Amino acid sequence: MLRFLVVRTLTGLFVLWVISVAVFVLFFVAPSNVAHTLAGRQATPETIALINHRLGLDRPLWRQYLDFLTNALHGDLGYDYYHQQPVTTIIGQAFPITFSLAIGAAIIWLVLGVYNGVVSATHPRSLRDRSLTVTSLVFYSMPSFVLGLGALYFLYYKLTLSGHTWFPAGGYAPLSEGIGPWTRHLILPWLTIALVSAATYTRLSRASMLDVLGEDYIRTAEAKGLGQRRVTYRHALRSALTPVVTQFGIDLGQLVGGVVITEQIFSLPGLGKTAVNAITQQDLPVIIGIVLVASTAVVLANILVDLCYAFLDPRVRLT
Amino acid sequence: MALLEVEDLRVSFPTDDGVVQAVRGVSFQVDRGETLGLVGESGSGKSVATQTITGLTRGADVHGRAVFDGRDLLQATASELREVRGPGIGMIFQDPLTSLHPAYRVGWQIEEMIRAHQAVSRAQSRRRAVEMLGLVGIPHAAERVDDYPHQFSGGMRQRVMIAMAMALDPSLLIADEPTTALDVTVQAQVLQVMQRLQSDFGTAIIMITHDLGVVAEMADRVAVMYAGRLMERAPRRDAFYRPHHPYTEGLFDSLPTRGGQRLTPIVGTPPSLIHPPSGCPFHPRCRYAFDACATDVPALEPVDGNPAHVSACWLSHDSSLRERLRRAMKAASSS
Repeated sequence: MLRFLVVRTLTGLFVLWVISVAVFVLFFVAPSNVAHTLAGRQATPETIALINHRLGLDRPLWRQYLDFLTNALHGDLGYDYYHQQPVTTIIGQAFPITFSLAIGAAIIWLVLGVYNGVVSATHPRSLRDRSLTVTSLVFYSMPSFVLGLGALYFLYYKLTLSGHTWFPAGGYAPLSEGIGPWTRHLILPWLTIALVSAATYTRLSRASMLDVLGEDYIRTAEAKGLGQRRVTYRHALRSALTPVVTQFGIDLGQLVGGVVITEQIFSLPGLGKTAVNAITQQDLPVIIGIVLVASTAVVLANILVDLCYAFLDPRVRLT
Repeated sequence: MALLEVEDLRVSFPTDDGVVQAVRGVSFQVDRGETLGLVGESGSGKSVATQTITGLTRGADVHGRAVFDGRDLLQATASELREVRGPGIGMIFQDPLTSLHPAYRVGWQIEEMIRAHQAVSRAQSRRRAVEMLGLVGIPHAAERVDDYPHQFSGGMRQRVMIAMAMALDPSLLIADEPTTALDVTVQAQVLQVMQRLQSDFGTAIIMITHDLGVVAEMADRVAVMYAGRLMERAPRRDAFYRPHHPYTEGLFDSLPTRGGQRLTPIVGTPPSLIHPPSGCPFHPRCRYAFDACATDVPALEPVDGNPAHVSACWLSHDSSLRERLRRAMKAASSS
């Protein structure tokens, strides 16, 4: 167990290092004109050279990377090119927003998706099964900007016009302002992400449950005279969760890295929105910072998935 | 009164290819403390018949009666059936490797069953689980109660299944090919465990098997099924020494003997249960078959007037005539 954690942490750090090199190289292979943008249209070559020098962009590439790496290992990701704000501060502001968005959405889609999957699997080919399948597919095939804008139009615009201001138009209220405002600001974005993803989980857990329900040990559980609910959830779902957990780990890891479209629609200044802005401005320190946070989330999620395997199935040995 | 009385049980499954008639009018009874051997090849309906009695077949059309302890289980509600499964009827299955839940400790699985039916404390149910594991011969039961199924061998897992099925002292144990998946040496041990518990607890057993050696070892009476029908029902000695039905005879002829004679297989394959043959279902494979066999279904009639030994066959129910015919057939086939 300890060995597993050590090995996985080391490989995770290696992955992060490779990613940081890749982003660095990509940035400098692409034509860069940060100094031009900062200096404005009528800048003299001297001004541009001065800016390049101030940002450290005139030094050799390996030197720049080495400086970045040394600072990063000391917890300093540098300053953004435009406002000289520490990157850690920028991420520190954006991360809680994306994290709240991701966790809430993930819980909703997991509960909704798995529950619907179980209902479908225990009543195969029934009306409930078929209508859940159709509903799943409708949301699954809906792009999140359609669902998000639809939610805004009906649940914010129309409702507010008719005098019910239930949901805000967008923005974020930190948890420190209370759980009510926090939830009110996040509920529409949560649903936008969750309804699209829940469909995958409904299909996944339905298929997985149908497999498990045919297992001999389910017949044993029934032969023991256990209640239907106990057989379904305690015995069948327990085994059916493994593929669901795999998918969940991948999805959650990606989500924490930023939800570009949903954050954009609901004007949530999370990692996704910040990343898009940084990329259009070629703000390298911010880009690298966000990429590293996102990669860390994916690496961590994968370690957690493997830990969950060991918990779900005692035959799995962590090495 | 018999412990279990099954009358004219019919089970069919609607499928895309047609209706599968898995059990077509089967009657038998089991008395308290006795062992009934239910014999037949794969697909003869043995397992379906017994699983239907306990309500474990899904999506089936079921007709007939199965009175257990004075209650017709085929009319029982789901919750009444749940009360019977466990305390009334215990069950063990063919494959011990897949019949235990891989994610739970064996002791927990036994305790779960006890607590589902009795208002006992955790400590009490755990003590019972350890006791049962000891009774079925698992060494160091008090330590192994917290092991997972994958930490046990196949034979040991089948012992765990037996411990679980017997934990609530049921009056009937349905053992569905309990030794088929086990090594021969382990088979005998598992059968011994079952026999010992049977004599300790006074449990009746329905032993479903296609292994006539198991029947010889365990059964008081034998019922032979073929293509969803009961072909012959007899006390063990009669079944082994004076089998009447050609199918029963064929089963014994396909057993190895000490003399080193060649085995005589039953030619052909079991019939389709969607379109079962007319008349006696065995007639396409029967070496004695004549015209009536293909058109009319024979009823179970007593052999030599003995109501304990019945056979569904158009051949003479006088055993001396039947034996003469058998010898003549043997002589003809060997010459």
